[in-house]
Amino acid sequence: MGWIGETVDSIKSIKIRQLLTQAITLGMIVTSALIIWKALMCVTGTESPVVVVLSGSMEPGFKRGDILFLHMTKEPIRAGEIVVFNVDGRDIPIVHRAIKVHERENTGHVDVLTKGDNNDVDDIGLYADGQFWLHRHHIMGRAVGFLPYVGWVTIIMSEKPIIKYILIGALGLLVITSKD
Amino acid sequence: MHSFGYRANALFTFSVTALAFICAIASLSDNFSDQNPSAEIQILNINRFKKQSYENDEVSLTLDITADLQSLFTWNTKQVFAFVAAEYETPKNSLNQVSLWDAIIPDKEHAKFRIQTSNKYRFIDQGHNLRGKEFNLTLHWHVMPKTGKMFADKIVMPGYSLPDAYK
Repeated sequence: MGWIGETVDSIKSIKIRQLLTQAITLGMIVTSALIIWKALMCVTGTESPVVVVLSGSMEPGFKRGDILFLHMTKEPIRAGEIVVFNVDGRDIPIVHRAIKVHERENTGHVDVLTKGDNNDVDDIGLYADGQFWLHRHHIMGRAVGFLPYVGWVTIIMSEKPIIKYILIGALGLLVITSKD
Repeated sequence: MHSFGYRANALFTFSVTALAFICAIASLSDNFSDQNPSAEIQILNINRFKKQSYENDEVSLTLDITADLQSLFTWNTKQVFAFVAAEYETPKNSLNQVSLWDAIIPDKEHAKFRIQTSNKYRFIDQGHNLRGKEFNLTLHWHVMPKTGKMFADKIVMPGYSLPDAYK
């Protein structure tokens, strides 16, 4: 219980200049995180260079809670690549494998059909009504690497927002009560 | 400087950095493994070859697939996803790739196999270009690691062709 007393004392003894310095330091940390994120977006060529796997449709390769690193180049999509795509009108990115590819002569336009490894049927049922193929603009990136389990942090924070507030509150408290 | 919060924070940061470093090394070690997989595919039978009611050609065939993918497995491999695709060209499309069969190979013991199967996924063309069509059967594999970078490669087997008339 002693450190709660300490914390309360240190909050009471805060001076304005010190508070402003803390606020600026915090701002710098947040800004540099943002810079790193944007730089990653540039290097990998996709809007979200890291995605969390939300469903079990690619098991046993990718389980719910894994994170995937994406990369997007101008190279056309080929069969076997694991692509992340958004269906028109829906927000949630889906990570599945391309099983059929038809590339047009001359224009380089591709029709892609995808399927989750663990699903029995292909993704036609997931596409918008009347859509039978995915096109280049639906695809956000190709998965090139992955880390297991790390995505659970994001899943927990989005499904139970209270945890997010507790975490940010605790971090904020840590920063404010630091003696530096 | 020595409060519980600081110590917990330092410990957490250090363990995350160490874990990230270990994952990177594990992934890098995959680059040094020597890989020489082999495969052979025979078409046993063309079961059906017809024009669907809305004008696209469809083929059903039975394949005999022999492969030895054991050398692809390293200590950092979780599974290997293998699939056989038919690749061909048509006047409208410069490349068509249609996956006919796939399998998840969970470990080294299962990586040397021979199976006879009809195509798992429908071989449908965009159009009716398949009569007498020559195509390649390519065995692709995708090595999915326990952590890190994924590798993919393929063996192309050219020289297969479809009959000149519908069956």
